[in-house]
Amino acid sequence: QSTLVVAEHSNDTLTPVTLSAITAASKLGDEVSCLVAGTNCAKVVEQLSRVQGVKKVLLAQHDAYKGSLPEELTPLILATQKQFNFTHICAGASAFGKNLLPRVAAKLDVAPISDITEITSPDTFVRTIYAGNALSTVKCNEKIKVFTVRGTSFEPAAKEGGSATSEQVSAPSPVGMSEWLEQNLTKTDRPELTSAKVVVSGGRGLKSGENFKLLYDLADKLNAAVGASRAAVDAGYVPNDMQVGQTGKIVAPELYIAVGISGAIQHLAGMKDSKTIVAINKDPEAPIFQVADYGLVADLFKAVPEMIEVLKK
Amino acid sequence: MTARVLVGVKRVIDYAVKIRVKPDNTGVVTDGVKHSMNPFCEIAVEEAVRLKEKKLVQEVVAVSCGPQQVQETIRTALAMGADRGIHVEVSGKDYDSLGPLQVSKILAALAKKEEASLIILGKQAIDDDCNQTGQMTAALLDWPQGTFASELVIEGDKVKVVREIDGGLETIKLNMPVVVTADLRLNTPRYATLPNIMKAKKKKIANMKPGDLGVDMTSRVEVLRVDEPPQRQAGVKVESVEDLVSKLKEAGRI
Repeated sequence: QSTLVVAEHSNDTLTPVTLSAITAASKLGDEVSCLVAGTNCAKVVEQLSRVQGVKKVLLAQHDAYKGSLPEELTPLILATQKQFNFTHICAGASAFGKNLLPRVAAKLDVAPISDITEITSPDTFVRTIYAGNALSTVKCNEKIKVFTVRGTSFEPAAKEGGSATSEQVSAPSPVGMSEWLEQNLTKTDRPELTSAKVVVSGGRGLKSGENFKLLYDLADKLNAAVGASRAAVDAGYVPNDMQVGQTGKIVAPELYIAVGISGAIQHLAGMKDSKTIVAINKDPEAPIFQVADYGLVADLFKAVPEMIEVLKK
Repeated sequence: MTARVLVGVKRVIDYAVKIRVKPDNTGVVTDGVKHSMNPFCEIAVEEAVRLKEKKLVQEVVAVSCGPQQVQETIRTALAMGADRGIHVEVSGKDYDSLGPLQVSKILAALAKKEEASLIILGKQAIDDDCNQTGQMTAALLDWPQGTFASELVIEGDKVKVVREIDGGLETIKLNMPVVVTADLRLNTPRYATLPNIMKAKKKKIANMKPGDLGVDMTSRVEVLRVDEPPQRQAGVKVESVEDLVSKLKEAGRI
C-alpha cells in the first residue's frame, strides 16, 4: 500500500484537515507521501516533513498553482501518480478536496469515495448518506482508491516527530483554461469553525444579523468560533461560510452551544458528533433538545447576556 | 450567444421525509416514499432558465438518468421553463449501482451530442451526498469547472463564477464551454405555475439508453451495508444559566 495525500495550504500554513487526511492515510500503511503544489511553499514543506507519519514530501512550484485551480492541479497529480503508482490518493473533504479529487478520479476512470468517516480495510470505507441519517459501508474495487476524508472523524496527525524526505516533482505545462481572480475571506480573530474547541451557533431565533453580536460576545468569552444554521443563512443574517450542517460545514468541537436553533435534521448532521451539546431555546419541544446534553428552555435574549455576565465572574 | 445549456436533474427522496434504513441493511426504504427533484438541481434549473430569459442562451435541455419515474422530475424542470427533456433510461441492477461516474459519462456524451456549451448541475444530491458529478463531467470533457457557485456571469466566451469556499468566497474566470455546479445562494428557484405545468405536458422528452451513447454502466463500487447512525441520547434540562455554567465547568468544557 502507498498513499498520496494532496496537501491543502495557504503557502504559509497547512490546513488542519490535511493532518486528519494524513491520519487516515497512515491507517492504510506507512508509505504516506504528501504533495504540496503552490507558488512559494517552502514553509509548508518544512512543516509537513515534521508531521508524524509522513515519509516523503513531494513539491511542485509554479505560478499556475495560484488559487489551487483543479484544471491545473489535476495534470500534476496524474503525472505524480504515473511516477509513483500509489494505491490510494486522498485529501481532506474541504472545499479544496471536494473540488479537486473527483476531477482526478474521473481522469483515472475510477469512482471516488467522498467524505469518509472510517476506514474498515484498504478497500472498504464508511461514509454518511442522506444528511447523516444513514451510514453506508462501501467496498471500492477500483485499481486506485481516490477518497476525501472528513476532518472531524480522524484525529489530526501530530505536527512534530516525523522526519520526511522531500523531493521536487516537475510541473506539467499550464493548461490555461481557468484563471483565479480573487478571494474574499471573512476576516475574524476567532478560531476557525471546523477546528475550534468551542462553537457557538445561532439560528432563526436570533431574528436578525445584528443580534448575532450577542453570540460574538459570548464566543469571545469562550474563545469560540461562531456558526449558524441554514435557516439563519437563508434569512440573510450571516454569510454562508458560517453554515453548520450537511450542506455547510461539519463540526465536532468539545462544546457546541446551539442558540435559537430548532434542530432541523440537516443541521444535526453537521454537529451531532460534538462531545458536549448545549441547547438554548424558548420552545421546549424543539428537536435540538433531543440531542442536547444540557438543555435550557429560555428566551435567548435574556439567557445569553446572563451567561456572558456569569462567565465574567 | 451560448446556444445550449444542459441541466442535470436527479429524482431523490423528498428532503422533508424522515429516512428509514431497511431492516435487512441493504439500503433505505424508497417504496411508497415521496420523491422530488434534488433541491440543488432545482437551483441549477432556475439558473439556466434565468439565462434564457436574459437571452444569454437559446435552449435549456433537462436530463435525468433512471427508471420511468424520473420523467416526472424532467416534467418539473420543463414546468420551470426548460425547453425539452432527455430521459436516459437506467433500470434494474444498473440503476441500483448507478453512481456519479456513470452519470458523468452519460452527461459528457450528451454534451458532445447536443453541442452544449454550458452544463449546470447541483453541487450535490441530498441522497448519496457525493458532490462529484459536476467535477467528473468537466474532467471527462476536458472543460473547466466552476463548482459551488453563488454567482454566475457570462462575459463573452468566458464565465465568471463566484464560489463558496471554506473561509468565504472566491472569484474565478473560466473559458467556455464549462461545467458549473450550483450552491444554495445562487438563486431561489421558482414554483412551477399551473399554466406552465400544463404547457410542460406538451414539451418533448427524448428517450435513450446509456448504450446509445456508448456508455459502459459497470460499477466497481459495492455497497456492503447501510446502517442507522448511532443515536445520541438526550441529556438533562437545566433550570438556569448559573446551573448550566456550573455543569459545563464540572464537565471540564469551560
